[in-house]
Amino acid sequence: MNKKQRRWRNRIVIAVAIFVAVMVVERTGLLASLVGASSEPYVAFALYFATFLVAGYDVLIKAWGNIRRGDPFDEAFLMTVATIGAFATILFPETEPQSAEGCAVMLFYQVGELFQSYAVGKSRKSISDMMDIAPDYANVERDGRLVQVDPDEVAVGDVIVVKPGERVPIDGRVVEGASQLDTAALTGESVPRHVERGADVISGCINMTGILHIETTKPFGESTVSRILELVENASEKKARTESFITRFARVYTPAVTLAAVLLAVIPPVLGMGPWTDWVLRGLTFLVVSCPCALVISVPLSFFGGIGGASRLGILVKGSNYLELLAHVDTVVFDKTGTLTSGTFSVVAVHPEEGVDPDYLLSRAAYAEAFSDHPIAASVKQAYAGTIDEGRIRDAHEESGHGVSATVDEHVVLVGNDRLMAAHGMRWHECDLTGTVLHVAVDGAYAGHIVIADVVKEDAAETIRGLREEGVRKCVMLTGDRRDVAEAVAARLGIDEVHAQLLPEDKVDAVERLLAGEKDGARLAFVGDGINDAPVLMRADVGIAMGAMGSDAAIEAADVVLMDDRPSKIATAMRVARRTMRIVWQNIVFAIGVKVAILVLAALGIANMWLAVFGDVGVAIIAILNAMRCMRVGAAR
Amino acid sequence: MRKSFRLDEIDCATCALKLEDSIRRLDGVDDAKVNFMTQKLTLTAADERFAEVLERVVALVAKVEPDCEIVR
Repeated sequence: MNKKQRRWRNRIVIAVAIFVAVMVVERTGLLASLVGASSEPYVAFALYFATFLVAGYDVLIKAWGNIRRGDPFDEAFLMTVATIGAFATILFPETEPQSAEGCAVMLFYQVGELFQSYAVGKSRKSISDMMDIAPDYANVERDGRLVQVDPDEVAVGDVIVVKPGERVPIDGRVVEGASQLDTAALTGESVPRHVERGADVISGCINMTGILHIETTKPFGESTVSRILELVENASEKKARTESFITRFARVYTPAVTLAAVLLAVIPPVLGMGPWTDWVLRGLTFLVVSCPCALVISVPLSFFGGIGGASRLGILVKGSNYLELLAHVDTVVFDKTGTLTSGTFSVVAVHPEEGVDPDYLLSRAAYAEAFSDHPIAASVKQAYAGTIDEGRIRDAHEESGHGVSATVDEHVVLVGNDRLMAAHGMRWHECDLTGTVLHVAVDGAYAGHIVIADVVKEDAAETIRGLREEGVRKCVMLTGDRRDVAEAVAARLGIDEVHAQLLPEDKVDAVERLLAGEKDGARLAFVGDGINDAPVLMRADVGIAMGAMGSDAAIEAADVVLMDDRPSKIATAMRVARRTMRIVWQNIVFAIGVKVAILVLAALGIANMWLAVFGDVGVAIIAILNAMRCMRVGAAR
Repeated sequence: MRKSFRLDEIDCATCALKLEDSIRRLDGVDDAKVNFMTQKLTLTAADERFAEVLERVVALVAKVEPDCEIVR
């Protein structure tokens, strides 16, 4: 609690104490015996009214201010009218005076408001704690001593020092030292990352073990951590449709209920359906529930919590609207390379002929490819565990795009595709695996082949399964790759539809066609690696870019940004989105339901003011507590 | 020019909505956003008038939400 809240609380406690004392004196008949039965209601009125002023003078002042400005419709005004109305029953001696009720309603209201203010403060704080990933200083070496400076003052190219336990304040490159970095705050990933001289580091990571000297490559304001914070803070400005609906609802609801209250207080008694005081009291009860605060607070709070929680898992959602859209996605379109597959070529199989050792086959191929810098050569060399002694290689040369030939240890080695084999009159056989097949021949004899393919990411299959659990009906894969390769990947992962051999511009058309086929209310998400797919990311209902650590283009173009390159985060993002929407609708249904029920009961004369106050502040508090659950995303992992 | 300010002690979400509405209606204000959760006011106004517009926004906030204060 802050100072203002503590003062507020003390005032309420005092008012409650006086209220209880007055009530005891009145209800036990002590007051009547002291001042006489005829003047007792008036003395009680005065005592309750004094207590009422202690409890709610600030509300009265605020209401008066509103009236003077000609814009009376807010909670303070409505509470004032309702409570003063209750006290005014003293003027009608034929009805039971409602002084205690008037005072109690104000007390109740204040207790609720205080609690609400406390709950809001608490959730604000937990959100800001969650966002507390920006370091507020950087260590710079000056005259041989380390000094702490404002990270804004560090120029690009300056060297900063990050000690163990500190956060990296600015993006840069390690120039000295080696350490483990904890990237959990950015990616939600708990496995530490090893960095050493030459490695790029991004701000927001925690340095765990060694001292790092980092040459900055960006100013603080453009560093990853600042951009993320800015993004999340501004996210709540892009309002979801549900939020705009609530705002519109709030603008209509209060005047409508107030009007209904007036009609309820006037028409039935005019028609002779009962005493004025009874109907006026019912009208006053209406006023108490006429504030839509429960909704106006809890709905944005839920979205904010959902976005904040997602960011803790390394998922940046750039607006409440995107979180809402994400919850309605039923078609997910993947750009294969970089999302489902890692986009790097690796040896996936080594198939030697009878009597040939697989390691031998791989080593011959690696030696023959030693001087080539083609990506395929690189993957073969990477797969070969040993070191390559270049002195053993002679006459290495490329064979017109079909492969290479070289003499290794006096053996003539040919490595390449089937055309190379054919050109040398070699016999070879096909492979049943899809990918690029490298045939190897040694001294004119076929030794076997090596299969190289774009590697499917470990969690790709799990991603598709997870998406289906979240209600995605159709998973589509787009790729510029060969049809057989694409179909093999699709079959393995359980993807419904494949569009292969696409040029980059075809991808927009493919997404357009899929969008045209979407049913009303269903949404399409496109997942890309943020490279060359900005037009498609923008065209889709929700554009998701992944592997965005340090890639500004991806952060710019997409609606949802995954900090690391694991596709399973897409399913996680959808889980967070759906959970948030569920909580939002729970609150909407609950709050409107309770209020309508109380309105009906009040009109029938069943609900009294006490219940109505619960309908106002009680519901607001429950809705806020429920909304705060959005921040807890642990279960969505 | 677009600038953000912290709004201290903005306690009720409906109040924030109303405050936003009334700031938007001020002469010289191109756009205004009051974010209840982050307690932030984002004000957009012409560069040359910004200081003067801000003065009037501060006065308006003091009138509409006496508890709430713009931290400059």
